[in-house]
Amino acid sequence: MAQPSPQQVFAPWEDPSETPLIEFRGVTKRFGDFTAIDDISLSIFRREFFALLGPSGCGKTTLMRMLAGFETPSEGDILLDRQDIAPVPPNKRAVNMMFQSYALFPHLSVWENIAFGLKRDRLPKDEIAARVTEMLRLTRLEKFARRKPHQISGGQRQRVALARSLAKAPKLLLLDEPLGALDKKLRQDTQFELMDIQEKTGTTFVIVTHDQEEAMTVASRVAVMDEGRLVQVATPDVIYETPASVYVADFIGDVNLLEGRATPVPEAGEGRVDLAWAEGQPPIRATTDRAFDKGQQAWFAIRPEKVTITPGRPDEAANAVKGRILDIAYLGNISTYHVELPTGHVVKAQTANTRRIARRAFTWEDEVWLSWTATAGVLLEG
Amino acid sequence: MLRRAALIAVPYAWLLALFLIPFLIVLKIALSDYALSIPPYAPTLDLSEGWEGLRTFFAGLDFETFRFLTTDDLYWKAYLSSVWIAAVSTALALAVGYPIAYGMARAAPEWRPTLLMLVILPFWTSFLIRVYAWIGILSSEGYLNQILIGLGLIDAPLAILNTNVAVHIGIVYTYLPFMILPIYATLEKMDESLLEAAEDLGCSRVSAFWRVTVPLSKSGIIAGCFLVFIPAIGEFVIPSLLGGSETLMIGKVLWEEFFNNRDWPVASAVATVLLLILVIPIVLFQRNEQKQREAEG
Amino acid sequence: MRRFSWFNATSLTLGFAFLYLPMVILIVYSFNASELVTVWAGFSTRWYGELLRDEAFLDAAWVTLQVAVASSTIATVLGTMAAHVMVRAGRFWGRTLFSGMIYAPLVMPEVITGLSLLLLFINIGLDRGILTIILAHTTFSMCYVSVVVSARLVSFDRALEEAALDLGCSPFEAFRLVTLPIILPAVISGWLLAFTLSLDDLVIASFTAGPSATTLPIKIFSSIRLGVSPEINALSTILIAVVAVGVITASLVSKRSAIRQAEEERAAVRAEG
Repeated sequence: MAQPSPQQVFAPWEDPSETPLIEFRGVTKRFGDFTAIDDISLSIFRREFFALLGPSGCGKTTLMRMLAGFETPSEGDILLDRQDIAPVPPNKRAVNMMFQSYALFPHLSVWENIAFGLKRDRLPKDEIAARVTEMLRLTRLEKFARRKPHQISGGQRQRVALARSLAKAPKLLLLDEPLGALDKKLRQDTQFELMDIQEKTGTTFVIVTHDQEEAMTVASRVAVMDEGRLVQVATPDVIYETPASVYVADFIGDVNLLEGRATPVPEAGEGRVDLAWAEGQPPIRATTDRAFDKGQQAWFAIRPEKVTITPGRPDEAANAVKGRILDIAYLGNISTYHVELPTGHVVKAQTANTRRIARRAFTWEDEVWLSWTATAGVLLEG
Repeated sequence: MLRRAALIAVPYAWLLALFLIPFLIVLKIALSDYALSIPPYAPTLDLSEGWEGLRTFFAGLDFETFRFLTTDDLYWKAYLSSVWIAAVSTALALAVGYPIAYGMARAAPEWRPTLLMLVILPFWTSFLIRVYAWIGILSSEGYLNQILIGLGLIDAPLAILNTNVAVHIGIVYTYLPFMILPIYATLEKMDESLLEAAEDLGCSRVSAFWRVTVPLSKSGIIAGCFLVFIPAIGEFVIPSLLGGSETLMIGKVLWEEFFNNRDWPVASAVATVLLLILVIPIVLFQRNEQKQREAEG
Repeated sequence: MRRFSWFNATSLTLGFAFLYLPMVILIVYSFNASELVTVWAGFSTRWYGELLRDEAFLDAAWVTLQVAVASSTIATVLGTMAAHVMVRAGRFWGRTLFSGMIYAPLVMPEVITGLSLLLLFINIGLDRGILTIILAHTTFSMCYVSVVVSARLVSFDRALEEAALDLGCSPFEAFRLVTLPIILPAVISGWLLAFTLSLDDLVIASFTAGPSATTLPIKIFSSIRLGVSPEINALSTILIAVVAVGVITASLVSKRSAIRQAEEERAAVRAEG
């Protein structure tokens, strides 16, 4: 049981008494000489919406295909409900998959596509009909039941694929880049729809995506992968605010990275570390819960929106540097300023455009000050 | 796993039994000698005598029949003549087929499927009937001679049927779709702007054709030539129906050795050598196909 | 724009005249009243009547049909299996030999195929007749079927089969319920190809048919050798008409369904926008 907390936060991964639905134990997968998955251990819990995020070729799809049963691990075990699933063929697993290409059967109607898996279970006819109707309602496809896949739009096809894979009420639903084929606007609407359906059905979802925004939007937890390894597994806000490595910081969102040498200054406060990053510049004051040795190489990562841009030197800033505006990217709701420091570094700062453009404060070549607090960024080992 | 093994085993076993083993039998008989017996060759394998039988069987095999092929000039002349007739026919088929394929590729897109079907349609109709149709046209009292005499172009009928000319016509006619289709496929894919670029850079239309269109359709030309040349070498129906007594083609020789002379070892040896000759163009053809596939990625 | 010149028009006209004129003449003269094939003596359907009364031709046609149906059906099953092996089975012992045996019959001269099969049948003591022709035709036409079906299988989205497995199908069910219905057009064209190859074959049938079984091509060949005959013209016309109607209908049907599919896809996209 999850510990009762005032907000009823869903966080089974923090509860040691909770047993995971899926457990990877030291799983490695090799294709010939190529190691696609390198000794991964990972737990995924019931009702989670879990995202596997990474660039193409990072192993996320292989990991998912092992869950579906299309690949078998070279080493290690995969447990589903505490049972080793290695010997179970894909057609006998309580796991269903929504394919990237949707893989809708072109010769069957929408109704028959959704009923396909139910018929394999030899369910009675009326039960199949009831379940298909329920799925059609859930995905708002009632009107299209008799159409063939080529007679409906891309967004509708995506929903048929979802309905078909959910029809058998699997313990676990795998979604392989489910929104990759949709255009941007439709993708955003569909993300919320997916979350809604996941909540309604209470199914555990594992989604594979290379789109970090999508992973952040839908997932309860995100696993960032690189070259067959897990780099960080955490909730979206943790991944964004306290990335575990330069790789994660750089992969998720926009970030400024400044390299330097760390000097712990415990006398200034708990976790205070200074970073000497350039000659003739004051050190960056940062707080961290990691331990740094004196003189250790470190990176300071700070998101552009955490950098304040002002015309004059702010009075009470832990960190402040002077620079010159090199470039302005106007994105409508926000503007990103590329500011060149005297050291040659270019730092990005973002401001929300709460005023109309005509009254914008800064323009090219302006001398400005950039400032941030001691807790605005993170210090990383690399 | 068992299912996969069964899936492989069934067609595999069929092909081994009805393709590979028959061919090994041909090879075995080619190494035997002609005998006035039933079957008409020696030695025959007698397994009832055990190892001894096997040993005498292998001892009886030799290249005598192949040596015989080199002594009688009928055979090497037949091989040479087959290759020559096939080569000339291939060249003629290219000359006839290329303009057709070129015209098809430049026709309006909505016409192309129909034109394509018109090229393929004869391919579905009986080969024998298509060859037969030419007998009525080419014979001395045939339609062609009637027209030519009627127009006053000639006084006496031309002897075309039962000559090599008729064989060439027959091969070009029956194998023309094989020439047109691969050439059309390469021409149809060709980017029209390449020709415009060539003209823009100073080529005349004719030189743009020779310098751009023809080189770009090279792989189609090569494929089409092999597709006509390879089956034409071993052709039997066309020389026996349209050719005359002086038409020498190896398919016909093989048929006559087997059915008329009942000389199985010679027929088998002729078949073996024919296959060895065919290996060269088949390997070249495969290499061309491979190169094309690689070029297309 | 592509420029369609007078040269293109001329070469197409002459080319198609060359391809079709011989057959047109054949058809026209099949309605000739005269016994002399090359002399026109008025319209008549008498040769069709004579043909239908000719027992030998009818027998040969019946044998040919039996052989063609049986061999093309077995060849379609074996050829589809072989195509699956070629495209899907991955590596196995003797794969090179297998693909060699699939492609070799396509380029093998018919005289050699016929000779080798005949020698096999004699060696194993199998009496020559309908059965031996069926075996021979199945062997070479299964290779054509396998080439046609593998071309389709190569472009087949494997995710469809995986989806079927994922939804609870056994591998065989996945093939029967998903793969086969989708590749069916290729399987049918493979069958049709095998059927026409069998109908058409003279050389291999001549080797493998015994005196007890005469196919139509064998019968036609032996009568053509004696010269042109109006009966053969009539028979040719019937065969050409059957094939032409079949091929044209098939292409119109597939063209219409392609057009309808394209229209429905456009409609679906419009409905969304």
